[in-house]
Amino acid sequence: MSKIKLAEHVIETVQAICAQYNNEEGELINVLHGTQSKLGYLPAEVQELIAKELDMSVAKVYGVVTFYSFFTMTPMGKHPISICTGTACYVRGAEQVLEEFKRQLKLEVGKTTDDGKFSISCLRCVGACGLAPVVMVGEKVYGRVSPQQVRKIISEYQDGCPSHAE
Amino acid sequence: MEMIKLTIDKKPVVVKPGTTILDAASSIGIKIPTLCHMKLHDMGIENKPGGCRVCVVEVEGRRNLAPACVTKAEEGMDINTHSMRAINARRTVTELILSDHPAECLTCAKSGECELQDLAQELGIREIHYEGEQSHYREDTSPAIIREMDKCILCRRCEMMCNEVQTVGVLSAVNRGFDAVVAPAFEMNLDHSACTYCGQCVAVCPTGALTEVDHTGAVIRALSDPSKTVIVQTAPAVRAALGEEFDLEAGTLVTGKMTAALRRLGFDYVFDTDFAADLTIMEEGTEFLDRLNRHLKGDKDVQLPILTSCCPAWVKFFEHQFPDMKDIPSTARSPQQMFGAIAKTYFADKINVKREDLVVVSIMPCVAKKYESAREEFATDGNPDVDFAITTRELASLIKLANLKFNSLPEEDFDQPLGESTGAGVIFGATGGVIEAAVRTAYEIQTGKSLEKVDFEQLRGLEGVREATVDVDGLELRIGIAHGLGNARKLLEDIRSGKSNFHAIEIMSCPGGCIGGGGQPYHHGDDSVIKKRFEAIYKEDAGKAIRKSHENPHIVKLYEEFLGKPMSDKAHHLLHTNYFDRSNKIES
Ligand code: SF4
Ligand code: SF4
Ligand code: SF4
Ligand code: FES
Repeated sequence: MSKIKLAEHVIETVQAICAQYNNEEGELINVLHGTQSKLGYLPAEVQELIAKELDMSVAKVYGVVTFYSFFTMTPMGKHPISICTGTACYVRGAEQVLEEFKRQLKLEVGKTTDDGKFSISCLRCVGACGLAPVVMVGEKVYGRVSPQQVRKIISEYQDGCPSHAE
Repeated sequence: MEMIKLTIDKKPVVVKPGTTILDAASSIGIKIPTLCHMKLHDMGIENKPGGCRVCVVEVEGRRNLAPACVTKAEEGMDINTHSMRAINARRTVTELILSDHPAECLTCAKSGECELQDLAQELGIREIHYEGEQSHYREDTSPAIIREMDKCILCRRCEMMCNEVQTVGVLSAVNRGFDAVVAPAFEMNLDHSACTYCGQCVAVCPTGALTEVDHTGAVIRALSDPSKTVIVQTAPAVRAALGEEFDLEAGTLVTGKMTAALRRLGFDYVFDTDFAADLTIMEEGTEFLDRLNRHLKGDKDVQLPILTSCCPAWVKFFEHQFPDMKDIPSTARSPQQMFGAIAKTYFADKINVKREDLVVVSIMPCVAKKYESAREEFATDGNPDVDFAITTRELASLIKLANLKFNSLPEEDFDQPLGESTGAGVIFGATGGVIEAAVRTAYEIQTGKSLEKVDFEQLRGLEGVREATVDVDGLELRIGIAHGLGNARKLLEDIRSGKSNFHAIEIMSCPGGCIGGGGQPYHHGDDSVIKKRFEAIYKEDAGKAIRKSHENPHIVKLYEEFLGKPMSDKAHHLLHTNYFDRSNKIES
């Protein structure tokens, strides 16, 4: 596997999280959780660093990362697309909306496009059932989305469209 | 201590508190079937995830069946190990395991030795009532070990061995549910990991999920090539275990029959790694005395303790995990590699055969020897010193292929000159043996006196870490011995922190030393087998006419004719090596 050097500030962040849990092996899940919420994902190099800090084998760390579907090793896209698949959204066609995003971006759920722009994930109910089906791109919420609107939503985030650049 | 009384299958039994139902039953001769569980009593090694539930038994008055391997015996329990319910449950879980298992017994490397196959047979399973998807996982081939995870039943014995016993930490259960397997971090291949190839995971895997790379085909090809001269060396531990493959009692020495079998297989010369073990002692012993005497003279730069270096898994272990200490082990190559280097120079010249036309095969109790023989530094112009290293098990299958009735073969001797060995060479096969062999020679060279008694009982035994002192004419030598890499790690950490005051330390990766190697006949969790091999090794030593390496006449001649002195330039070039920092390869 590639041995990319981690940036200094990433190393410090991870070390600080480990230290917060006294570098205890038993706190691995909390350390992973804390790290993922800071970095967004858990790349191999970060897992190696955590293994070193907690003095345990990296195979065990990877074992835990792959056991819980919450943890991810792929970075989220610059514009993470989340589709609510809670009951209300589901009955009002979230499934078809999700399929349309997948088809247009040629992307599976949990994956990121090669250019790092988009990733797709599913959400449990976001509490906006009145707007079902709901799609979020980053922080922005779209309500009553139909499969026909998908192309337009994506195009808002393509290059050359400054209105929505962050 | 208050003892516990219970009945199992209507037989009364009394056990110590804390005993499992499984052990209680076995103490009165009742064998409850198991699959995931494994226990090596004397070595303190146990795998008990309690996961497979093949061992369930009926406990009178309890609603649920109890897994015998993890349930403690209790006062007054009334247990039925073969009630209808227990048998049905056992068959159900076995069928479920088989429903996600390839039906490849006919062509599987483990067939005949497979615990899953045996279980299905014992339970009389003729049909699998559950149909489900089968999981598929890519095959992973390394220089020594093949992983075929389709055959994995997730007992996690390998994980326990790799993490708790060896502390290498390469293997872990990863993923969840249907996708779960045991794998290295990031599911990389074994040869990208810090795996030492000790093979202890192979030694305990109940199925064909982990096996050694098979070189028997290549050996047969070499043997049938008329342009090649094919010679063979046999490691000390092989003769103490090979008989088990032919239903002989564990601990039966088969040195003579093994030699006869190798000759009938068509090897042109049948030689002995024990010869090279004697040579190792000459080099390593001399290096040790050199360091010791400089230390005694007050030289502060000298590195002590010296560590033995004949175990390739141990070498790879410190290269990955203790690279800062890579100057401490002896630079002497292992006996396998010394043999190869001498065979392809000295011996090739003697019989007038070109290096490329000489094929050196080793019979080893070890899977790491396959990796060692493939290390780049042990080759000249791409031609390896040792062409193929095969395990004791692979030799057994070659013997079976050649239609030999092993047990009725005559006893034959090794060929000369590389077949002559001493008792010191033999004991390399057991933990403590290398250092005892070294002491026998070092004592006599250091003092100029002859030993009255060559047996150093204080160095023998099967405890994981041992310490002993040897009186060398007033000088007290402090010796440490560890077998199993977890035990080695303890001694290394002591050295690193300056707590160690040993002069010399012997390390073997496998429990028991080479006799418990990853390439030996499967022990199936019965560690009395290892003990019997241990006794056999010392018996062979005691029966040898010569028991000190430096008195091996062919070793003496080899130095006279070819090498000069121990540690000479030529000896350095052919018989010593250096080590590499592999820590940046991948850390674990
Ligand atoms: S692992 Fe065992 S049960 Fe599976 S195919 Fe091989 S011999 Fe048969
Ligand atoms: S060979 Fe040894 S080090 Fe490698 S995976 Fe198996 S037990 Fe671990
Ligand atoms: S590889 Fe073998 S020892 Fe390891 S979990 Fe699978 S079946 Fe058990
Ligand atoms: S052998 Fe007891 S649970 Fe597997």
